[in-house]
Amino acid sequence: MNEAHKKALADYLIALADDELILGHRDSEWTGHAPILEEDIAFANIALDEIGHARLWYELAAELVGGDKARYPDQQVFFRPAADFRCLQLVELPKGDWAFSMLRQYLFDAFEQHRLRGLVQSQHKPLADVAARIRNEELYHLRHTRAWVPRLGQGTEESHRRMQAALDELWPYAQGLGAPLPGESEALEAKLVPSSRSLFDIWSGEVTTFLSESGLKVPPAERDVVADRAVHSEYFGALIADLQQVAQLDPEAQW
Amino acid sequence: MVSHGSVRAGLKPAQTYRPTSEQLWAALAEVPDPEMPFVNLVELGIVRDLEWVGPSLRVTITPTFAACPAYEVMGDDIRRRLGQLGVSQVEVQVRHDPPWTSEWITEEARQKLKAAGLAPPPHHRGDLIQVLLDPVACPRCGSTNTSLRNSFGTTPCRMIYTCNDCKEPFEQFKPL
Repeated sequence: MNEAHKKALADYLIALADDELILGHRDSEWTGHAPILEEDIAFANIALDEIGHARLWYELAAELVGGDKARYPDQQVFFRPAADFRCLQLVELPKGDWAFSMLRQYLFDAFEQHRLRGLVQSQHKPLADVAARIRNEELYHLRHTRAWVPRLGQGTEESHRRMQAALDELWPYAQGLGAPLPGESEALEAKLVPSSRSLFDIWSGEVTTFLSESGLKVPPAERDVVADRAVHSEYFGALIADLQQVAQLDPEAQW
Repeated sequence: MVSHGSVRAGLKPAQTYRPTSEQLWAALAEVPDPEMPFVNLVELGIVRDLEWVGPSLRVTITPTFAACPAYEVMGDDIRRRLGQLGVSQVEVQVRHDPPWTSEWITEEARQKLKAAGLAPPPHHRGDLIQVLLDPVACPRCGSTNTSLRNSFGTTPCRMIYTCNDCKEPFEQFKPL
């Protein structure tokens, strides 16, 4: 891999990691607040997994840019300005009600399964190995959310109403999953990563069918797509302040 | 003060004591899993490799789940146990290649899990999706008339079932 490819792949991995970190952070906000104990445990576990996966991606990026693998994830998470994060607005949105968080998790995880299947084929062996690791763990997330989406979509009048409202709000943001990540075009050329656009087409067909079967009406696709990873939502500044505040009070603290 | 440096430099360093490979593995087989103390890190397949790098012993571990919060504790426990054997310099290295799989859990450890009321992970030979559809046996009464309550449990590597016959809830170690 030449230097340009290394840089491109590192940018790509940081964006992936940012998605997982921020989604994990939002999921963690359910700890102690989920409607029933089992689901409290479930979201806490999912949050832990996503943040753990973010660490693996940051570590891989560190190896590519010659960073200190042990310190790099914390540096990226706790000491990077909000404007330098490259997550999708999809994961930044506040946790909303439980239907909203469950549906967001489903949409994200369904896409991630396809992306991981592509990354397992990466020409960069360490990346393929980590993707294989994460992919099996993510099967448990998808099984969980796939069980809840139809249950809520076809449950009571209230659960259906909340799910439909969540889908209407999330759909334009979810379209952002199909936009290329930073560094993707160079990395794709070198067969290091799959094409987000092709994954998106598969994902789009799959989730549209599943959501319809779950009693939900899928909004028109191309309306108000929110895909630019350099532009953050109005909620992001507060989220990052919350996430970084303690670490920045005493950067040298030993935990 | 007279420096003894030159005197020391003329002497051969004392032979460092090194336990045998068998002694090292036996000691590590006494390190319990932090969250399931009835099984040890060797029989779970977490300790992968031992290698001397100069004066330091490198212990390679592969955590079960990527986000397993226990693996730093595991590193401390490994260092402490090896320290008791006289190995003072231990480097714990985390490796994800190949990724950990529940297929690495030994038969003996599976029996210990079961005795502790935790259903052992079924063998899947790589086909995780298929095995997730198979019935899970209750570790108490053996009935396969059980229902999944939650794909997530008290640690990342467990999920929760209920036995419809003996009515007891139980956890299963996730196949991975």
